[in-house]
Amino acid sequence: MKSKREAPALKEGRYLLSGNEACAEGAITAGCRFFAGYPITPASEVMTQIVNRFPEVGGKFIQMEDEIGSMAALIGASWGGIKSMTATSGPGFSLMQENIGLAIITETPCVVVNVQRSGPSTGQATKVAQGDIIQSRWGTHGEHQSVVIAPYSVQSAFDLAVEAFNLSEMFRTPVIFLMDEAVSHTRETLVIRGGYQVYDRINNGETPPFGGKLVPDMPRFGEGKKLLITGSTHDSKGERKTSDSRAQNDLVKRLNDKIEKNREMLERYEEYRTEDADHIFVSFGISARSAREAVDRLRADGIKAGLITVISVWPFPDGIIADFSKRVKRIFVPELNLGQMRTQVERISRCDVIGINKVNSEPLYPSEIIEEFRRHK
Amino acid sequence: MKENPVFNYLRRESLPLKFCPGCGHGIILGAVARAIDELKLDMDKMVFVSGIGCAGWISSPNLNADTLHTTHGRAIPAATGVKTARPDLNVVVISGDGDLATIGGNHLIHAARRNIPMTVICANNSIYGMTGGQTSGTTPKGIKTVTDPQGNIYDGFDLAPLVKAAGAAYVARYTTFHVRELIRAVKTALKGNGFSFIEAVSQCPTHYGKSVGQQAAEMLTFFKEKSVTIKRAKEMSPDELAGKITIGEF
Ligand SMILES: Cc1ncc(C[n+]2csc(CCOP(=O)(O)OP(=O)(O)O)c2C)c(N)n1
Ligand SMILES: [Mg+2]
Repeated sequence: MKSKREAPALKEGRYLLSGNEACAEGAITAGCRFFAGYPITPASEVMTQIVNRFPEVGGKFIQMEDEIGSMAALIGASWGGIKSMTATSGPGFSLMQENIGLAIITETPCVVVNVQRSGPSTGQATKVAQGDIIQSRWGTHGEHQSVVIAPYSVQSAFDLAVEAFNLSEMFRTPVIFLMDEAVSHTRETLVIRGGYQVYDRINNGETPPFGGKLVPDMPRFGEGKKLLITGSTHDSKGERKTSDSRAQNDLVKRLNDKIEKNREMLERYEEYRTEDADHIFVSFGISARSAREAVDRLRADGIKAGLITVISVWPFPDGIIADFSKRVKRIFVPELNLGQMRTQVERISRCDVIGINKVNSEPLYPSEIIEEFRRHK
Repeated sequence: MKENPVFNYLRRESLPLKFCPGCGHGIILGAVARAIDELKLDMDKMVFVSGIGCAGWISSPNLNADTLHTTHGRAIPAATGVKTARPDLNVVVISGDGDLATIGGNHLIHAARRNIPMTVICANNSIYGMTGGQTSGTTPKGIKTVTDPQGNIYDGFDLAPLVKAAGAAYVARYTTFHVRELIRAVKTALKGNGFSFIEAVSQCPTHYGKSVGQQAAEMLTFFKEKSVTIKRAKEMSPDELAGKITIGEF
């Protein structure tokens, strides 16, 4: 057998990269070796970074005719046993929704990067927004769970891209990597320290491909397993069940349970200066960066402010935020939409929840966050 | 009595086939199985990809190999993903005219343009069978359907030449009447190392047949009588060719 050059992921050191490039590098470190995509601002640099780096690692790239095809190709490649990714923005993410559902029901690991830009529709293609929170949860039809990870910096774009692949492999489900234009185009120092843990899907053949345990073992094409993979409701062997109500119930419940019963592992967030906080900000992506600066400035004025940066936008970190809501005076939710994350915080909070919102295609500045904070405090 | 070799390639637990009596899709399934048998291909190294529709059920679950049943129109890009990631596998798409040539038409021409090695077989019954007999992109002009009760006012695609023009390495068209030719074409496609497309004209007695007042046997007779070889077609005028099915390797 001819040897494939093995994974020269980024060597230890310091790099100056954009969020998009860091995301692509994180994917390569995680073992991503298939990418299908279609150009779109502000996500295209994920694809071009992959194109430049894949020859060194033996990855396969294909530019598809549209995002529907990209998503379909990911599913085919992933069943071929190859870790797969695509990257897009709002219009393309909308086109992908039907096949994201196919990946969910066929339990196909893959990572879908959605770099949020202003919408709806074409909106302002080069400008920042955070308007796809609910779409990333409920974009595809039918009862289902979604796993959505949001980086807030170049470093986290790299680190969390590795994590996104790990979760996708661990739970056999597509993971949405929800960036925003500002995070994706910001250039910052990326420090690679090595020692990244990479998780691969289990292929021991100890369970049938679609049952037997919450996350069944995943075989691949070409092993003589005679796989039956279908987007129709199916039993544990993959046999289509078009009108068996029990098969429908069992499948939907298991797909739900494999996420819901592992919330502890999936709920991710970072706390900043929260220990003694009277007021906390709950934010994500680029808005969390501004909120962090706001916290520092408020603290300098003697105000006990803190920040929870939401990493797992879905499943939403209910537990930690519910706890804080019992001991802080107010929760502020800065975001570049009119309240998509705020409604989640409200759902679980005992205290007042106040939105700090902006939809003019500009990021929230720390001064604006502080101003809004002072208006309500 | 010797057992029909076709059974070696079928998933026995999925029999009998779920198609309506007289449906042409089972003939296409048989032709594919016979072609694989004659070539003695390793079913462990074959992946059959399909979309949504009755034709999407030809391979899934009936062929005893890896099968991937996708969304409506998206079999070809899914197959493109399989083949790009795993060039060692023999990738075959079998799906319908609505699926491959209507909702998925863009994927079809782009896959032909890329000439990625795979075989695509379009079971063309010129109608949406599964959803109850609506007009598809290959329904001929004038044919009445449930969505065109006065008759389709548009022309249908002439699929084989369309895919040829898009860059496919091998293109053939036969009907479910021409089983031997169909098997030969599938063999050529399966052995090929580019994008191979076979338009397998099929009958849907339940919907198309009802509309044109023909039963399955009459539809097959119609295929027999209306088919002309490419060679003969070259000598015919457009008027003479109207309503005919040109068959052969394009
Ligand atoms: C996105 C989407 N739109 C519509 C449908 C409904 N639908 C199911 S099968 C089908 C038509 C299939 O026709 P064809 O591919 O010709 O297959 P046939 O049943 O005729 O063999 C349609 C429109 C669907 N499943 N998905
Ligand atoms: Mg049809």
